Amino acid sequence: MNLTLKIWRQVDAKDKGKMVDYKVTEISGSMSFLEMMDVLNEQLVNAGEQPVAFDHDCREGICGMCSMYINGEAHGPDRGVTTCQLHMRMFKDGDTITIEPWRAGAFPVVKDLVVDRSAFDRIQHAGGYISVNTSGNTQDANAIPISKQAADTAMDAATCIGCGACVATCKNSSAMLFVGAKVSQYALLPQGQVEAADRVRNMVAQMDLEGFGNCTNTGACEVECPKGISLDNIARMNRELMKASI
Amino acid sequence: MALDSKIPKGPIKDKWTDYKNHINLVNPANKRHIDVIVVGTGLAGGSASATLAELGYNVKAFAYQDSPRRAHSIAAQGGINAAKNYQGDGDSTYRLFYDTVKGGDYRSREANVYRLAEVSANIIDQCVAQGVPFARDYGGLLDNRSFGGVLVSRTFYAKGQTGQQLLLGAYSAMNRQIARGKIEMFNRHEMLDVVVVDGKARGIIARNLVTGEIERHSAHAVVIASGGYGNVYFLSTNAMGSNVTAGWKVHKKGAYFANPCYTQIHPTCIPRSGDYQSKLTLMSESLRNDGRIWVPKNLDDVKAIREGSKKPTELTEDQRDYYLERRYPAFGNLVPRDVASRAAKERCDAGYGVNATGEAVYLDFAASFERYGKEQAKIQNISNPSEAKIKELGQEIVKAKYGNLFQMYEKIVDENPYETPMMIYPAVHYTMGGVWVDYNLMTTIPGCYAIGEANFSDHGANRLGASALMQGLADGYFVLPYTIGDYLADDIRTGKISTESSEFEAAEKEVTERIEFFINNEGTHSVDYYHKKLGKIMWDKCGMSRNAEGLEIAIEEISALRKDFWQHVNVPGTSTEYNEQLAKAGRVADFLELGELFAKDALVREESAGGHFREEHQTEDGEAKRIKEFQFVSAWEYKGEPKDAVLHKEELAYENIEVKERSYK
Repeated sequence: MNLTLKIWRQVDAKDKGKMVDYKVTEISGSMSFLEMMDVLNEQLVNAGEQPVAFDHDCREGICGMCSMYINGEAHGPDRGVTTCQLHMRMFKDGDTITIEPWRAGAFPVVKDLVVDRSAFDRIQHAGGYISVNTSGNTQDANAIPISKQAADTAMDAATCIGCGACVATCKNSSAMLFVGAKVSQYALLPQGQVEAADRVRNMVAQMDLEGFGNCTNTGACEVECPKGISLDNIARMNRELMKASI
Repeated sequence: MALDSKIPKGPIKDKWTDYKNHINLVNPANKRHIDVIVVGTGLAGGSASATLAELGYNVKAFAYQDSPRRAHSIAAQGGINAAKNYQGDGDSTYRLFYDTVKGGDYRSREANVYRLAEVSANIIDQCVAQGVPFARDYGGLLDNRSFGGVLVSRTFYAKGQTGQQLLLGAYSAMNRQIARGKIEMFNRHEMLDVVVVDGKARGIIARNLVTGEIERHSAHAVVIASGGYGNVYFLSTNAMGSNVTAGWKVHKKGAYFANPCYTQIHPTCIPRSGDYQSKLTLMSESLRNDGRIWVPKNLDDVKAIREGSKKPTELTEDQRDYYLERRYPAFGNLVPRDVASRAAKERCDAGYGVNATGEAVYLDFAASFERYGKEQAKIQNISNPSEAKIKELGQEIVKAKYGNLFQMYEKIVDENPYETPMMIYPAVHYTMGGVWVDYNLMTTIPGCYAIGEANFSDHGANRLGASALMQGLADGYFVLPYTIGDYLADDIRTGKISTESSEFEAAEKEVTERIEFFINNEGTHSVDYYHKKLGKIMWDKCGMSRNAEGLEIAIEEISALRKDFWQHVNVPGTSTEYNEQLAKAGRVADFLELGELFAKDALVREESAGGHFREEHQTEDGEAKRIKEFQFVSAWEYKGEPKDAVLHKEELAYENIEVKERSYK
């Protein structure tokens, strides 16, 4: 198929940036979206132009690096996938596709479609861990039984890949789905109980400091999340925060 | 220089304990004055950074990604081995040790492997304490599954995302130390050289991938944890950015590179579909627990399937060749990866491949749907369930176990694997070879260490499933923190290492000149053009099977391609901006050197062992034939061009395991 691409080009954080049109031809439906971008970039390099910068690494939907806002949706029109797993068979010959970076005050653009998500790391530094030494002198792994349900629910929260689609999607640029997922993972496990109150307080404080917005229960983040992280995690985080405040 | 593996004396089961009892320690007050650089933040680098920082060293960690959490360990699916014997099925430290040495086709170092098996149980305890949500049974205890090449269930897992959960565990341990200021994290930075001062590794030259700035970083020791070099094949299951550069740079500065030809080709990957393809996708080996691998018995059926006039589900049982079950009745579909991959290639080469390119075999879950379905019908007290009901119940169980893998397959291939068998084909996945290290995990450059996939040490010529995660975390959490202390104990009075020395100056100059060359070269071909060409040579001539003639041609072709690259490569943009093409040019330049050494190593190793299959050396029924004289590690010393590299041999002694024909029949 032949496509028109409208892509956000921005030299660096200071540049104002603009949309630029490109054409690609002979795109196969079994290509991934990023392989289509590879075709464009090869074309640009061979024509002596600057290729489009975009983040990507594992190309199997788990590293959380890729981050394109495609036709007004984080990771594009398919559900439950990242951009690297989006396939061109989702598009039709002659389509015009608009590609933008994540848009959020807390995610400044580095170049073109690459944004700086270090705010997520800083929230994790504030409390996204259990304070256990890594010396190996811990008790036996089976010493504390954990119900299958708790372990499974914790796992569901822990599958968050930290891509930032939730923030990009949210009209308030809220990071609550991301933070809620991490808080929930630990809150659901006995190992996470000891520091639960401090953890949620510190992570939420850092989240606010980074300039992420509040949650107004729209639920768009849950729809666009490539890993299907549930809104329940936000509710659980709010409960944890309330508990911590009493 | 003669190779000294520094294996401690004494019985194998006491070596590590005795070693720990007798090494030098650094007191906590002195650790504060010692800096360590860790390159890479996957399971090995992440866990090492966290533990070293916790011990009190000042750690500088480097990742080319935008966060340590994105290192490619995250993509490991199936699980992590540990000799816990929770299932009471006869597992033990010795058995894990034995399985790993045998699985590696008797080409790994006994003492290292035993230590790995010994600390494996600790890893699980550690990770559970960190909040890693491993799968559990209804009693609340940890669940296990079985992997290829073993007869026990010792693999712990977190759905199909075990690597992700373990990495997030290591990342969380890093975060705790970053918050305390004990780890200084350099994201979007790439190491471009190691700096050796007075014969010791004392720092690195790194490039800030956002600004293009070249930076000098000093330390008392440098740890390379940058993963494997599977991307030398262009197409592999590695991440797009995975590269050999850190390992290759230390090689060029004096670290020997061991067994480059030992590559793991993983049997259960999604077949390639076209020339535009940028990477291959693996599906966990755990699928072989419940999936049966087959191709049609008759070539007529193959033809009909390829033409689309017949569906695989229409073939009756006796029209199918379950070739692994046929050839290896004892291990069946769970033979080790190298054996499974070669068997698939054998069938496809004979014309039985089931997709358009003839490079695919079936992985079929129908039998599992039925088996689990019947079991569930009993549990749920459904009498006389219909076939459809049984299938439905069975599919629910399979979905719970591998749902994300089935979903991934469907998204990529656009076929529903619940209704039609999956198609799979082997793909490059892991490299057992790497930087040579001694028992201390130190390279032949004093003060320079290599851990995880970046080193060569534990898997011999073939790695067993779920052992990469085990090795990465064992090295980082439990081995390196001891061994590096023994070395650093001599550095307590050294003080801060200056970055103003002539050695730093020279290393930086070399790095800068190379970058300027790329930017200023008015070339005609893109970096990917060369990478793809290299990949094709590697796959065709250094792939699943190799022969002397092909390897000799490969050496010449790679050498010519490298020459062409340095004349005609085209890198757009400038050196002072975010420039992915520039970063990639440097990586491909190193792959072009490694590739040639790889072929040379494969040529010299005139035997078949594990993932290295020389067509000249096989048994009558096509199995790999080891040769006693090659019971050594090939460690290559850099001497300029790859063709001039000098071979050093580390002879391997097997005192605790009898070296036998490796049979899975």
